[in-house]
Amino acid sequence: MFVSLNWLKNYVDIGNITPEELAEKITKTGIEVEGIEYVADKSSNVVVGYVKECEKHPNADKLNLCQVDVGEEVLQIICGAPNIAQGQKVAVAKPGAVLPGNFKIKKAKLRGVESNGMICSLQELGIEEKFVPKEVADGIFVFPNDVEIGSDALSLLNLDDAILELGLTPNRSDALSMLGVAYEVAAILDVPINLPDENVEQVADKADQFVDVKVEATGLNPYYGAFVVQDIKVGPSPLWMRNYLIAAGIRPINNVVDITNYVLLEYGQPLHAFDYDKFGSKEIVVRRAQDGETMTTLDDQERTLKSDHLVITNGHEVTALAGVMGGANSEVSETTTTVLLEAAYFNPAAVRTASKDHGLRSESSTRFEKGVDPDRVKRAGLRACHLLSKYANGKVLTGVVELDELDRSEKQVSITTSRINDRLGTDISNDEIVDILRKLNFTFTQEEESFTISVPTRRQDITIFEDMVEEVARIYGYDNLPFTLPQGASQAGGLTKLQQLKRDIKQFFESVGLMETITYSLTTKERAELLVSPEVKQDAVTPVSLSMPMSEEHSTLRLSILPELLSSVAYNVARKQADLGYYEVGTVFISDEEQVTKQPKEKLRASGAITGDWLVHPWQQEKKQVDFYVVKGIVEALFDTLNLSVIYKQAKVDGMHPGRTAQVLIGEKLIGFIGQLHPSVQKDFDLKDTYVFDLDLDYIFHVHENEPSFEKIARFPSTSRDIALVVNEQVNAGEVQATIQQAGGDLIKEIMVFDVYQGEHLEAGKKSLAFSLLYLDPTRTLTDEEVEESYQKILEAVKERHQAVLRG
Amino acid sequence: MKERLQELQTEALAKVTESSTLSDLQDIRVAYLGKKGPITEVLRGMGKLSPEERPVIGELANKVREAIANELDSKKAKLEAEELEKKLEKETIDVTLPGRPVQVGGPHLLTSIVEEIEDLFIGMGFEIREGPEVETDYYNFEALNLPKGHPARDMQDSFYITEELLMRTHTSPVQARTMGQFNGSQPVKMICPGKVYRRDTDDATHSHQFTQVEGLYVDKDVRMSDLKGVLNRFAKQMFGEDREIRLRPSFFPFTEPSVEMDISCKVCNGEGCSVCKGTGWIEILGGGMVHPRVLEMAGYDPKEYSGFAFGMGPERIAMLKYGVDDIRHFYTNDVRFLKQYHKA
Ligand SMILES: [Zn+2]
Repeated sequence: MFVSLNWLKNYVDIGNITPEELAEKITKTGIEVEGIEYVADKSSNVVVGYVKECEKHPNADKLNLCQVDVGEEVLQIICGAPNIAQGQKVAVAKPGAVLPGNFKIKKAKLRGVESNGMICSLQELGIEEKFVPKEVADGIFVFPNDVEIGSDALSLLNLDDAILELGLTPNRSDALSMLGVAYEVAAILDVPINLPDENVEQVADKADQFVDVKVEATGLNPYYGAFVVQDIKVGPSPLWMRNYLIAAGIRPINNVVDITNYVLLEYGQPLHAFDYDKFGSKEIVVRRAQDGETMTTLDDQERTLKSDHLVITNGHEVTALAGVMGGANSEVSETTTTVLLEAAYFNPAAVRTASKDHGLRSESSTRFEKGVDPDRVKRAGLRACHLLSKYANGKVLTGVVELDELDRSEKQVSITTSRINDRLGTDISNDEIVDILRKLNFTFTQEEESFTISVPTRRQDITIFEDMVEEVARIYGYDNLPFTLPQGASQAGGLTKLQQLKRDIKQFFESVGLMETITYSLTTKERAELLVSPEVKQDAVTPVSLSMPMSEEHSTLRLSILPELLSSVAYNVARKQADLGYYEVGTVFISDEEQVTKQPKEKLRASGAITGDWLVHPWQQEKKQVDFYVVKGIVEALFDTLNLSVIYKQAKVDGMHPGRTAQVLIGEKLIGFIGQLHPSVQKDFDLKDTYVFDLDLDYIFHVHENEPSFEKIARFPSTSRDIALVVNEQVNAGEVQATIQQAGGDLIKEIMVFDVYQGEHLEAGKKSLAFSLLYLDPTRTLTDEEVEESYQKILEAVKERHQAVLRG
Repeated sequence: MKERLQELQTEALAKVTESSTLSDLQDIRVAYLGKKGPITEVLRGMGKLSPEERPVIGELANKVREAIANELDSKKAKLEAEELEKKLEKETIDVTLPGRPVQVGGPHLLTSIVEEIEDLFIGMGFEIREGPEVETDYYNFEALNLPKGHPARDMQDSFYITEELLMRTHTSPVQARTMGQFNGSQPVKMICPGKVYRRDTDDATHSHQFTQVEGLYVDKDVRMSDLKGVLNRFAKQMFGEDREIRLRPSFFPFTEPSVEMDISCKVCNGEGCSVCKGTGWIEILGGGMVHPRVLEMAGYDPKEYSGFAFGMGPERIAMLKYGVDDIRHFYTNDVRFLKQYHKA
């Protein structure tokens, strides 16, 4: 909503307050002023001049030499506008004036003749092209005859105005009108309000002999009023009205249209003027449209209607899409002499549907959608009639033809001073409440500290106690509320164990050199199904998709963090950042339904990707590319930190290198995978060798929560033994290790592979695996015999299960 | 004999002084103090002396030995120190060469901001609650006083999955869920951080996915001045003790009265500049007193309980605090961007 301060001054006296001060006050009281626009820089040197003489320039065909009376002197001015003529009153920028664009007017010579100023077009004075009336678009602006010579032209054109741009929240549609804003400003400044003149001198003829109104769409149109105004002379509207419309962002057309727009802005009540002679009947019928019915709107678009749309008809033909736009068939034009004026209350939802379906959001529809003030519907019609008779020569027929079921009752809301204070934490007195209600122009009854307020219909947003709390608080001033801290029993806030664990895990990844990323949860359909861990795939029937995505790019919910993470890695690699270690902790969305009907399971996972060189020491020529064991080392260290034992199993996972991928299990439960991306996937992402991990954090949390966390530090000494075994090269270290653990039992606390060897001194097809075993009993010191016994058992077991022999 | 011993001492000490290597010292030690050395020889000839002279000469011989040995030791220590010095000198490296690069990881800027907010509110006795990102229409809208067809649903056009399921447009549903769990009989004091989604085309100031932290406090006799006090404490800790806050009336369907909170602009100290669009204030968050309908739907009697709620955007806070100029930076994960804020 654009509010011209000059216009506003018609209703409230804002005194000497500057636009900035007023804007600040309005903002602090509840309506955000998003901007202040000054129409033009103030310049006292632009005045109304009278063109006394106008003749051709002696040395130039297209220029005119004018003698212009500007009040205290007569200036000789050369003017190139085609529409300049003797006898006009025009805007003259005298020498010393500064026009928009910092254009300084000086005395000059044009083709040998002196020129002492400039006769201006509206554009030159700073009015935007789109608001300039067509007839003066190519030339200078001509004032009406009654303006005074030498008076301030900018003020006559309202160019000394400041316009406030209000950002209205949906509840404050009352401020979609100048009167609504005036009530707000009156409350803020504590000044009285002057209401506009609605008096109409009516002629003898009765309106109901010219028109009849029928409403068939019950419930959708509780008020319809029709006024008839004859003898209309269509022409330009008065200058001030045009100026105000321009300030509000509406292009002036002619007096009839301008008056309906002016009243719309003034009262917040949209009106529609039909050309009575083109209306096509003497009967107005308001009804639902028929499905498939068509009409041509004012903008010459043919529109196909639906039964949710409300229309105005002449009994057989649609003449307007109610509250949205009129029909072309009954449009007011230069030749209109009788106007049929509509003032109505249309159902907000019906107007909303129609405006949405047709992509037509107009000044009119936005107001109907929010619900107009029932009290102003008819009054706006009267106000327009008043203006039509004053500025368009209109003769207003007696009476309004109306159907009226409109509820104009005022809501009653009760408050008490103490309840208000309890809610606000304030110490407001009864008298202060009285004062606030008076400023708001609300009527009320009072009994000591109890108030019953009749809420004016313009404030449809106030219906309950809490709404009145806000009214009182904002007029009292949010600034004046005290600062307190909650007085309820205090509790110790804190992270839960799992929240702390999540932070710890993230910190762990960062401590080993990985950087955290945050990527989008919505991805493409293809990516949603890429690199999905087998245990997720098992549960997810199909990825969850949006019903109406904005783009394919973000259409489907991820089943794995990896694809978008890899895309971030690729983004960097493409920008010459080849060595990267990234991780992300986030949600994946698993639905077990073909057609989603219930919320998918949201699982927290931790994924990571490492590519390029992991260890680099440039001037020592040391360079180590990331490999499987780098990623595995990180994952192992994580589980070590968490004190969880996991198993790594050679496995095939879609999208992963078939020989360099391991599944990760806790007991029997699959919790993710680690490994190298399949070269074809690497190629798709434009990546070199890249290693990834993807783990089910929810399950890790679950296990961690149910396991004793930390062991006591051992008080008794440990014993270590090394064992080097020769096995067939196909045998996995992990399997042998599992056998050792099993045979050695609880006494073995740790098994570490310290050497893997193949080659010279060994039979072809064989390899040697060397393990270091740590024996420990936390309750006592172990004897050599016990250790030896266990060692022998291990040797037997590995021999039996893996045909392993001690390396000689 | 006496003279001979003193002569030997003078001679030996002179040699020690002259010597410059450890092996010279060893030679001197052997030559003078060894079993075949001159002092031993002198002592061997002591038998010829009178019993009165013997102890005198014996004592003198020991003194001479001691003097020579001391001198040898101190000289040895000196030479050793010099030798070590020389050896270390040879071990000199170029300390101006760069060190071995260490992989440094770190949190995402948004995580740092969210955790900072979490810790501030934990300090004021709040808990942290989380909830699903795919929400039901009921919890996302209806339980928050946004029934179907409510015009304010326009304000947050959403990504629907079915008619009843959508990507949550704010983290407020977590508040409704938490209140629901507490059966209308227990105070609630929580914040809920998380990802939210809206139908926006990604550009410098819009992102279809972003982060929100919302807070809720419901108890008997919660006042609007409490909201002001809590937000003031938060703002000062987050943005600096010298920042002022101001509350302005606003509108949210789930609060009444509603507020928007501004902090005084740090760039111009409230004077007005381009960052604050000349107003001296910068909008940080929205909130208000929980709407009685919301309390009611969650099972709390609005006559007995009241509460306040607020919500803020960590992206916006990061943009203000660290001058990030494009919201897309948070989701592009450019390593140069990520690294820049690890110190933050
Ligand atoms: Zn500033």
